[in-house]
Amino acid sequence: MIALDITKNLHTAEGTLKAHYELTMNHGEFITLFGPSGAGKTTLLRMLAGLEKPDSGRIEVDGEVWFDSSRRINLPPQKRSIGFVFQDYALFPTMSVRENLLFAAENDEQRSNVDELINLVELSSLSDRRPETLSGGQKQRVALARALVRHPKILLLDEPLSALDPSMRQKLQDELSLIHTRLGVTTLLVSHDIAETVKLSDRLASVVSGRIERIAEPMEFFSPQTLSGKLQLIGEVLKIQEDTPVFIVTLLVGSSIVRTVLSADEASTLTVGSHAIISTKAFNPIVIPIRH
Amino acid sequence: MESEFLSTMVLTFKLAAITTAILLVIAIPLASFLVFSKIRFKSILETIVSMPLVLPPSVLGFYLLLAFSPVSSIGSFLVDHGIRLAFSFEGLVISSVLFSLPFMVHPIQSALAQVPLSIFEASYTLGKSKLQTMLRVILPSIRHGLISGIVLAFAHTVGEFGVILMIGGNIPDETRVASIAIYDEVESLNYAMAHQYALTLFVVTFAILLLVYTLNKKSLGGIR
Repeated sequence: MIALDITKNLHTAEGTLKAHYELTMNHGEFITLFGPSGAGKTTLLRMLAGLEKPDSGRIEVDGEVWFDSSRRINLPPQKRSIGFVFQDYALFPTMSVRENLLFAAENDEQRSNVDELINLVELSSLSDRRPETLSGGQKQRVALARALVRHPKILLLDEPLSALDPSMRQKLQDELSLIHTRLGVTTLLVSHDIAETVKLSDRLASVVSGRIERIAEPMEFFSPQTLSGKLQLIGEVLKIQEDTPVFIVTLLVGSSIVRTVLSADEASTLTVGSHAIISTKAFNPIVIPIRH
Repeated sequence: MESEFLSTMVLTFKLAAITTAILLVIAIPLASFLVFSKIRFKSILETIVSMPLVLPPSVLGFYLLLAFSPVSSIGSFLVDHGIRLAFSFEGLVISSVLFSLPFMVHPIQSALAQVPLSIFEASYTLGKSKLQTMLRVILPSIRHGLISGIVLAFAHTVGEFGVILMIGGNIPDETRVASIAIYDEVESLNYAMAHQYALTLFVVTFAILLLVYTLNKKSLGGIR
């Protein structure tokens, strides 16, 4: 179990922000932190990794104290069992894919697992290539595999999907999901886009101005308590079109387009590009398999 | 005459090689400090490192001569401990190190500044110490900066004249390097000998630079 309760003064564009994070993660849990940029999400990851020092508080992982300001304990990143995937991947340019992973290995057992990890992220055919010859998605998978070599207690992912195109993003989400199920490593992911990780996450945490404002399971997170639909989907608003006297709203749900008719009042709460819940209460949805 | 020519050339390249080796050891930590340290007055240190670029060699040579002289406090301390730096090979090494410092530090400094911070941090999160990170990750990725620094410092030391003239004089087998010998031969109107030195320096330095740049290009090509 991971428990943290830390504070730090963040220097943002809008001035100093007194950040205070409290979070408990269960073993094997996948939590996504999301929120606007500048809210301090990445700082939280970096403090967990030991790359930045909190001003005060305590971080405990599986009974081991990583940081405790009152006892002046602050383990350096080298002593913390973490896997960190950086936003810019941070692959070592002079090493091949395989060498990047081998560099991380500490013993023979970990060295012998390197090929298995390369297989897991489907990079066997590229294992002798240098990072600069790889695409963004491939680099991301190398970074992910490298972070897993040392069997970390916690995997920290800093906006791993934001730089990828939609199809690659989809593939990497599936891969992350597969890896998480296979290896069961406790994972904390930072994202500014909720939709990209809803299906991966056990819990979502929204970070606003240096605080974890709300943390809940995905469906509960997005559903106001009053809403109890029979069908609930989360989609992105693509288009709001006036067709007097109503509005026709087009949403993207996964890879499907959904059109719905809304009143002017309802439509006024939506903006193009924002996320919305599509819910239906009165009718039971019909589910039929597609025959090929 | 022929053996004098040889011993002068050997001394010249020995001085350059020793100076370059010492500079490499000094410049890597110094360049890292200049890139990563957040202390105030860092620009003062940067200025001192860069001074030899603009300072007339005779100025540096003059002050080194004063410092090395047995009359000065530093010089008398050294002489008391059996070290004589003025008009000695050791003195030449020390002054060459100071004089060629920016030529080694600057290429390494700019190469280091281009390494993203996340590369260092990634290595730390993979359990590697600062030293391991430097040796296995950072130095290999800035090898072009290292090569530039080595070549520039070496060539610059071979071509050094003013400082050596000031503190080294022209003692055969001790401080008589090729650039001094050329001046000396011209002074005594011995143009043939001066030409022999000059052409040798020209050819050797051209060959070294050409070799390094060719190798450099090849290793770059191998990655791309």
